[in-house]
Amino acid sequence: MLDICDVSVFYDQRSVLKNCRLHLAAGERLALMGPSGCGKTTLLRLALGLQMPDSGTVRSRFQRPAAVFQEARLLPWRTAAENVNAVLNDTRETLDEAERWLSRLSLADACRLYPSELSGGMQQRVSLARALAFQPDFLVLDEPFHGLDEALQAHTVELLLHALPHDLSILMVTHNEQEAVALGCRILRYHEGSFC
Amino acid sequence: MNEGAVKKLKRFLLALVFWLGLWFALSVLIRQELLLPSPWQVLRRLLALAGTRSFWRMTGSSILRVLIGIVSAALLGVLLAFLTHCSRLAHTLLAPLMTLVKSTPVASFIVLALVWIGRDLVPVFITGLIVLPVVWGNMSEALVSMDPKFLELAKVYRMPRLRILRRITLPSVLPSFRAALSTSLGLGWKAGIAAEVLTVPKQSVGRMIYESKLYLETTDLFAWTVTVVVLSLIIERTLFMLIGRSERGRQHA
Repeated sequence: MLDICDVSVFYDQRSVLKNCRLHLAAGERLALMGPSGCGKTTLLRLALGLQMPDSGTVRSRFQRPAAVFQEARLLPWRTAAENVNAVLNDTRETLDEAERWLSRLSLADACRLYPSELSGGMQQRVSLARALAFQPDFLVLDEPFHGLDEALQAHTVELLLHALPHDLSILMVTHNEQEAVALGCRILRYHEGSFC
Repeated sequence: MNEGAVKKLKRFLLALVFWLGLWFALSVLIRQELLLPSPWQVLRRLLALAGTRSFWRMTGSSILRVLIGIVSAALLGVLLAFLTHCSRLAHTLLAPLMTLVKSTPVASFIVLALVWIGRDLVPVFITGLIVLPVVWGNMSEALVSMDPKFLELAKVYRMPRLRILRRITLPSVLPSFRAALSTSLGLGWKAGIAAEVLTVPKQSVGRMIYESKLYLETTDLFAWTVTVVVLSLIIERTLFMLIGRSERGRQHA
């Protein structure tokens, strides 16, 4: 469960979030939609504990959060499989598991390739595989299909739908309503400093 | 060997032949072995020296001293960089010391070290003193400029500290470590030999250079100098090869 209560965040004295509230129950899926700069990503960072609010409280009872950021954030000196393995036990034994997760996202042939040898879409799928391999109870997606063409977006959403556990809580940011609906998310739209 | 490497080798050989030719021409013009021996005389002397046991004992001892200095300073530099990265107080205390070490003439340190420690250890100390601030400086900068996105990733996925160190921090700073060694290795080696010349430890290349100067054996001086240059190249290449092995995959970064 995630409880964001009366949270305000300022950047250079400019208010990004003002008395914002958000509640995410276990198994619930929410998608945040709104114009650029309205604080969607800030909210995700608060939920992940990567940022502290200037006021208000953030309480998370999720034990295993995972995230897919706008950019894939793959370690450039590790292969695709090793990148996935980095969030597992990072042993030879768990490397097979990492490769299985990559296969589930149609990346079986990319296991031994380095990020620089992968296309943007493939990198993002490796990032998704890494998040799912972690077997999270809470998944944060920050425009995970950003920069992919429509066909690849649809394909990736479909792959993801097959790989996602049904009871997984999701908090995502997207500009594409169809994506959010396809992933079973309830949509919260930005309105006067808050999401409702 | 690929085409680029062949071209590079050709260019290197061309330059080598040019400078050896010039050296030879000058030695013919001067015609005094005492002032400038010819490359051929130096080569003959070098081969004669290489046939003796003492040559290998001397070079072995010098290499050992310099390597001990380089390795211990590199390790210390890395540890201190991590320390100063974690503690602002440590950084405040250490930064001026490193600047002082960098800007003080090596000769001053050699004389001081000769007073403080035994002559056999002076070259080790001096080599370390040259390498330490460079490694510390490069590593400190690399730690500061590490991509915070990877550290955030590690935080989200709750990676253990050791894994963060092995999988994120060390690969991130390895290129800077390599650059630091590249900058300081040659300087450290030369400073180490200079320290040997001034402190004349029993078994050392520096002592042989000193004695060559003392007895006006210019050919020997050249032969030992060539030895120092060749050894410098061998040490540099060997260390880079070792670092290169641990850097596999880095070329994709």
